[in-house]
Amino acid sequence: MNGVNDIIPVTMEQFLPAVIQFKMDGWRLVQICASRLPGQYELSYSFSNAYDLWTLRLTVEEETSVSSITQIYPCAFLQENEVSELFGVKIENIQQDYKHKLYRIDRDAPFKEKG
Amino acid sequence: MGKLAKSPWLLHYDGSSCNGCDIEVLACTTPVYDIERFGIINTGDPFQADILLITGGINSQSESVVKQIYSQMPDPKVVVAVGICACTGGVFKECYNIKGGVDTVIPVDVYVPGCAARPQAIIDGVAQALEILQEKRVAYKQQKKGPKEDTK
Amino acid sequence: MSKMAKQSIIPFGPQHPVLPEPVHLDLVLEDETVVEAVPSIGFVHRGLEKLVETKDFKEYVYIAERVCGICSFGHGMGYCQCVENIMGVETPPRANYLRTIWMEMSRIHSHLLWLGLLADAMGFESLFMQSWRLREKVLDLFDMTTGGRVIFSVNCIGGVLKDMDIGILSVIQRTLDDMEKELRPIADTFLQDYTVGSRLRGLGILRPEQAVQAGAVGPMLRASGVAYDARGLGYAAYGDLEFEPVCAKEGDSYARCQVRIQEIYQSFSLIHQAIEKIPQGPIQAAAKGNPNGEYFMRIEQPRGEAVYYVKGNGTKFLDRFRLRTPTTSNIPPMLDLLKGCQLADVPLLILTIDPCISCTER
Repeated sequence: MNGVNDIIPVTMEQFLPAVIQFKMDGWRLVQICASRLPGQYELSYSFSNAYDLWTLRLTVEEETSVSSITQIYPCAFLQENEVSELFGVKIENIQQDYKHKLYRIDRDAPFKEKG
Repeated sequence: MGKLAKSPWLLHYDGSSCNGCDIEVLACTTPVYDIERFGIINTGDPFQADILLITGGINSQSESVVKQIYSQMPDPKVVVAVGICACTGGVFKECYNIKGGVDTVIPVDVYVPGCAARPQAIIDGVAQALEILQEKRVAYKQQKKGPKEDTK
Repeated sequence: MSKMAKQSIIPFGPQHPVLPEPVHLDLVLEDETVVEAVPSIGFVHRGLEKLVETKDFKEYVYIAERVCGICSFGHGMGYCQCVENIMGVETPPRANYLRTIWMEMSRIHSHLLWLGLLADAMGFESLFMQSWRLREKVLDLFDMTTGGRVIFSVNCIGGVLKDMDIGILSVIQRTLDDMEKELRPIADTFLQDYTVGSRLRGLGILRPEQAVQAGAVGPMLRASGVAYDARGLGYAAYGDLEFEPVCAKEGDSYARCQVRIQEIYQSFSLIHQAIEKIPQGPIQAAAKGNPNGEYFMRIEQPRGEAVYYVKGNGTKFLDRFRLRTPTTSNIPPMLDLLKGCQLADVPLLILTIDPCISCTER
């Protein structure tokens, strides 16, 4: 069996409605991942139902805030905290916000710069 | 050997190891390797421990925990660094959150290399620690007696 | 309970007798009942994902394996498969079978380890010893086939580094048959003993829809009756082998124990099938060039589904490696379960998700 494994680019306006749709259809939140582009962040939110995996790809400017999905998927709090602490992505309204104190690293946002 | 060295109690703490050495430390206490034949008991309480086994390197968060556990242990005590990460930082040395081996925070008496350290090596390390513990005990007694003898 | 009950906060961990690994929870209690649990993690955070930017991607296999010493084979395999997918490298069938055999051996070792820890958490010392004694037999097989007991370093991009000859394969078969016999009395004690049953039954019930919404994976999800096992995707040699995801209905701690025990038997069967079907041929395919592109790879680790993400840029240094481990996903449902349980059950409940903190924090 080979499930779907697709990445769908979404805009900021489409993003939350898409997440709500996944939630209503009973999909499971698989992972949240950030990666670095010059001056931008690339956020990937993966959802899964049975063997299918869909990934929403959100590209944001460095200073833009992204709204948290913990209102929809409360279990996202750990991974959102991780993304905001390691990359410095601004995520607003996380239900359980550790305010960059999840890993308590000495360095600020170590993944922000390359190398 | 003195009383203490015949039945030392062991405390294990995971600094920031990958678990590989941790499960090997635990494997030492199980029937195949059976560290208890040396009279050693694995305890969870620092106040009752004589030997501290630390696996993994030290990061900024575990630093204070390790220091605290070490200070809670009664004198004399020995520290065994298990695995290459605990000795020097190992493969994780270049990570941004790793300070280095255990000896960057507390004094280490025995270094057990390996990734992961094999149970035989860990037992050998603990056996060496027992000797050091005995020496320390004698020195500790001497030190305690010391000032009294001076006054005489 | 009256609304006036006094709340108190009990710190749990990081150094705790039942946990081999450091994790800290602040338990908010009303009398003996937990009303909230706030985790604070990060004691083993090393920052491994960052190393990918300064290490050759072929060299990084060794670091990927050291994300965790219990799931080490799976992490190496997941990372390699992810990179192979991006580079379009077709691994030889024999390598796929060998990976499957090692992966299932890892599952046996991990589940036996967990059974031992569970028994230890209940204070059932002899059962702990018996489980770990049996586990040593798998470790001996690892020692014989790879040269390592917990960290193996046999994966490489394009296949595996070591082969097993016919003699070794028959030793594996014989050892597994022995183990199957020896596992019976241990499994029976876990599943039928009155004391063990009374400690586990009805503890921490996770309903199926709750499990899916909280993102549970692996035995945790399957014990609630959701038949999802990433091995069904058919990576490595799983597509050629016959198996059904092991499920239970109750969703309590007993069900999670039951699922893991049955998965050990399932792994025995999968290894036997793989040894019967293993084809001859090379064990490594050439991997030329550097990865350019991205891919999400899912594999079923002993603790559940793990997701590997690799993004390459055409040089030998990757842009990003991300690993979402099963425990990361299982912590939120665990926190749900802790609400309303008794203080004395907290260590046991934490253990039933089979936490692997080293994986979680990387």
